[in-house]
Amino acid sequence: MTRKDRLFYLALLAPATGMLLFFVAGPIGRSLYLSFHQIIIGFPQLDAPFVGLTHYQELLGDPVARHSFLITGIFVVTTTFFELLIGLLTALIINHRFPGRGILRASVLVPWAIPTVVSAQMWRFLFNDAYGTINYMLFGSDTSQYIPWLAMPGTALLSIIVADIWKTSSFAALIILAGLQVIPEELYQAAKVDGAGAWRRFRHVTWPLIRPALVLALLFRTIDAFRVFDLAFVMTQGGPADATNVIQLYGYKKMFVEGWLGYGSAISVSVFVIVLILSILYVKWTGQRLLEAKA
Amino acid sequence: MKEGLLKKALFFLTVLLAMSYALMPFLWFISSGFKTQTQLTAVPPQFWPSFSLDFFHSAIKDYGIFRYLINSLIVAGSTTLLTIPLAALAGYALARLHAAWARLILMATLACAMFPQIAIAGPIWRFLQFMGWLNTYQGLVLPYVALTLPLAIWILTLFFRELPEEMEAAALVDGCTRLGALVRVILPLSAPGLFTASILCFIYAWNEFFLALLIMTDPARQTMPVGIALFQGEHTIPWGEIAAASFITTAPLVLMVLFFQHRIVTGLSAGAVKG
Repeated sequence: MTRKDRLFYLALLAPATGMLLFFVAGPIGRSLYLSFHQIIIGFPQLDAPFVGLTHYQELLGDPVARHSFLITGIFVVTTTFFELLIGLLTALIINHRFPGRGILRASVLVPWAIPTVVSAQMWRFLFNDAYGTINYMLFGSDTSQYIPWLAMPGTALLSIIVADIWKTSSFAALIILAGLQVIPEELYQAAKVDGAGAWRRFRHVTWPLIRPALVLALLFRTIDAFRVFDLAFVMTQGGPADATNVIQLYGYKKMFVEGWLGYGSAISVSVFVIVLILSILYVKWTGQRLLEAKA
Repeated sequence: MKEGLLKKALFFLTVLLAMSYALMPFLWFISSGFKTQTQLTAVPPQFWPSFSLDFFHSAIKDYGIFRYLINSLIVAGSTTLLTIPLAALAGYALARLHAAWARLILMATLACAMFPQIAIAGPIWRFLQFMGWLNTYQGLVLPYVALTLPLAIWILTLFFRELPEEMEAAALVDGCTRLGALVRVILPLSAPGLFTASILCFIYAWNEFFLALLIMTDPARQTMPVGIALFQGEHTIPWGEIAAASFITTAPLVLMVLFFQHRIVTGLSAGAVKG
């Protein structure tokens, strides 16, 4: 490759890279800087004194933040587990060839394609305490037994978990399906000839071969679950009693409702670091294989 | 023979179950938009809507949802129009550069799409405020371009890699410039890839809520998701109007899924199986 060629390619890369540096990488670094300063939106005259690690110390001692990290953790683990499970089952069905397969695939895509805000309103309606469909399915017309799902801490968290699983298991299904479709048919034929039943074919042919796709889906889903915001904002506003005050919502409230930009930035940076560490662990766990498969 | 039939019946039952799981809650909610207020809150629930358009009327007249719809169209449309050319240039370069650092850039690009938006929200908000761009279209579109670039670059890089390098070589021999070869030879052949990337960018920008909520505080500039999230009645939650607005917001998405499901599936799982 000549020098001129290289310059040509660099010029092509420049605009996109510039955008990403300016609107993603730069702001992440800037958040770190802001987190070391005391900044309150609406009080520019207070200036922005350097406060070092004070915000991080506050964060460690902040019971609301600790609770927020805890429920976000519960949310991430539960939703990811069920999304992968349902995603795997769905992918196994769609991987068959049958009439109506296209319709099923399109149906599965619908929850993924609609805005999370719409699905949040939808589940808020279904979980309604006076005429919600879920209460009707459980208790019939006996409204005295109806549960105010979104008004009690335990069930409120459960409700946003259910909403998230419904919304995003199709994404997991698509990634796993892509993994299933590259398994050569001959492997199944050979296993059949050897007298392996359906379960043993799954256990010894399908499972080892879709593990990379499963891990990839696990990585994407975990990282995405950490940024849950829309569901909690619409369905519960973080309540009741902070039971669904997930970390991105807490950061949003601190920064943009209360105006603590410096402290909010410390929350942002912490979430960023957690996600970064998780990604590195996942990539390490799957080893070089994942990197090679991606590039 | 009999056992085969039973197996088939069981399989189709599973298919039906999977389909209902994905569609039923959504269709049920959307059907509320075609009901009347009494039907909506009835116990036991009324299955068939009366196909009344009262809620649509009220959503349009009293809540002015067309304003949100127009904002969403402008924002999602401009995002797509800006992202795709930038992603095409970058994706082409990344597909043709075989150096290790090019691969590294591709990975770094992908990483950009994975972090929680809260990590960039503060600085972006301050920048937009400084520029006077809060509550402007460009104030929302520019961050959206940055956030949709990674997936678009990813899809297009994989697509361009499938096109043999001899094609540009032939065009160069014919006296094309490098840029000319890209624009006249490669891009026309890449229409399917460009289209897939466009659909996914559009859906992202159409659905995004977090940044839209921060940046568009003026109802005149808000997009559909913000409108739907902040819908408020005087005393009760206006479920009928929310359902009607949801129908209008999701209709184009459902149509896209029906017509382009194959592209969407390929685009989303691009890279999941490559290599």
